[in-house]
Amino acid sequence: MRAGNADLWSGLALAALAGYIIVQASGWDYTGPDGPGAGFFPLWYGIAMAALSAALVASSVLRSAPESVDWRGAGRAFTVWLALALSVAAFKLVGFVIGFAALTFFMVVVMYRRPAVVAAVVAVALAAGFYVLFQRLLDVNLPCVWIFCPG
Amino acid sequence: MDILSGLMQGFAVALQPVNLLWCFVGVVLGTVVGVMPGLGPPATIAMLLPLTFLMNPAGAMIMLAGIYYGAKYGGSTTSILLNVPGESASVVTCLDGYAMARKGRAGAALGIAAIASFVAGTVGVLGLMLIAPPLAKVALAFSAPEYFSLMAFGLAMVVLLAGRSMLKALLAMLVGLWIAGIGTDPFSTTSRFTFGRLELLSGVDFVVVAIGVFALAEVLACMEGRAEGQALPVPKGLRNLLPTLQDLKDCRFAFVNGSVLGFLIGVLPGAGSTIASFISYGVEKAVSRRPQEFGKGAVEGVAAPEGANNSETGGALVPLLTLGIPGSGTTAVLLAALVLWGFKPGPLFISENPSLFWGLVASMYIGNVMLLVLNLPLVPLFAQVLRTPGFVLYPLILGISIVGVYSVSGSLFDVSLVVAFGLLGYLMRKLDYPAAPLVLGLVLGGAMERALRQSLMMSQGDLSILATRPICAVMLSLALLILLIPSFNKLNAWRLQALEE
Repeated sequence: MRAGNADLWSGLALAALAGYIIVQASGWDYTGPDGPGAGFFPLWYGIAMAALSAALVASSVLRSAPESVDWRGAGRAFTVWLALALSVAAFKLVGFVIGFAALTFFMVVVMYRRPAVVAAVVAVALAAGFYVLFQRLLDVNLPCVWIFCPG
Repeated sequence: MDILSGLMQGFAVALQPVNLLWCFVGVVLGTVVGVMPGLGPPATIAMLLPLTFLMNPAGAMIMLAGIYYGAKYGGSTTSILLNVPGESASVVTCLDGYAMARKGRAGAALGIAAIASFVAGTVGVLGLMLIAPPLAKVALAFSAPEYFSLMAFGLAMVVLLAGRSMLKALLAMLVGLWIAGIGTDPFSTTSRFTFGRLELLSGVDFVVVAIGVFALAEVLACMEGRAEGQALPVPKGLRNLLPTLQDLKDCRFAFVNGSVLGFLIGVLPGAGSTIASFISYGVEKAVSRRPQEFGKGAVEGVAAPEGANNSETGGALVPLLTLGIPGSGTTAVLLAALVLWGFKPGPLFISENPSLFWGLVASMYIGNVMLLVLNLPLVPLFAQVLRTPGFVLYPLILGISIVGVYSVSGSLFDVSLVVAFGLLGYLMRKLDYPAAPLVLGLVLGGAMERALRQSLMMSQGDLSILATRPICAVMLSLALLILLIPSFNKLNAWRLQALEE
């Protein structure tokens, strides 16, 4: 993606956020009996954000020779992020230990192309390490199911 | 006399066995973090912050500060051996450090980096000790309008120096202010930007944003590639790590230059250790009798920036502890830590918490000695950290991040927020939005709004209160001038050149 396009899209996203802030802030008191109200500060930074994002959009449209954003490798980063998001979503069902072990196994096998045995050893070792250190020794509760819950 | 008795009190705190242990843990962790490219001090401190809630605040602060300045020592190792800076403040050390290593002088380069770090780090603590107490006394006269102006000036400085595009830095700062505004308004109890979620009524925890934007975003950025660098061998034996007498003689001005410039730049909000190291390198080259040697293995080219980035730590703690205003991402995390432990950094911090302040100062003297002792003989051991495979390291960081957040709130919603902020942090990197203004906007947003609203209450809504008080007028004028820099072509060109160089 060209930087000009990236700036355009990020500028539009920020403009949308600014619009949301302004609309919300307009619904709160601008001033109250004791001075500025809940909407005073957000309204002003919302307006500033709208103006600056408009400037960013305008500059990206007017830019003659946009530089390119290097998206090589971003696919790998997004894959890891997606795996992380899925494993966090799964914590409710399978708990931290299993969810984290699955995430680690996936990263080692898919992202680092290591043999499944190595991945399994790393996944079990790290998950067990976290369980013993935090849940058992430090008494820090982790999202848990069945046998991995304290007590 | 006050300072001396304070320092004695500080040593009594810092020399307690448990605090010595935390200092040791902090500097070792810091060195390891500094050695590892990709994982910086703000990410590490943010990740460990939740785990410090069960600790004594003095011990916790001593450990977190140890990570902060310890990372500066460790950062030079990869710069010299791998030509890959362990953290941004060590970028400039690559120029001459790696060149020295390629000439077979890796030991001398590592040794001079450790000695420069020790000398300048100690000078930085001395500066903190001498300047912080009188500055706190001056700041006692400040009220809400002065605080608002100071914070506006600090944010403007961060925006000026955060990246190539001030527009993007300003937008990042505004997003930080918005995140800070999520939750219940403390004045009117109106709920703001909560999307109807009960979990957001108490706001977004700073730890959640910091771990997401720093730690997770760093992991995602590191996941882009699989390639790992090849480190040059570390000379074995302490004798081979000691610089020659001629090296030390050549570096005598670099030690002074790095110490003084690093501290002064550290006091300024926004400048940070990276800029301190670059400026100090530039000054050293400008005054050198053999500038042509710089970039080819000049020992002063290692000593000056390594000194500056360590001395900067002491300087950066001055506005943090006396005014409650952080100047960088790392000090913003430290400010959040102090607030979470129930302290209020500001003019009264030193007088209300003398044992914490002086304990921290004394621990920094001790920590610098520990780092010198550790770094010279143990460099080969620390270099082994580079051999930790990515497929073990990165899942480990993800695990610590998740457990850290969950241990604070016990809420999977907060863990989901971390994941979302991780993606935000990664996208910000890719699109060239700096993270520091966002984090500073978040950390200062609540206080800034409170100060502005209190100022306007004091003046019955008259904004001129911000222009008629001398300190406010000066600070706000400076902030405005800074924000207008892009309008002046020459000044902006100079700023961009300075950032690029």
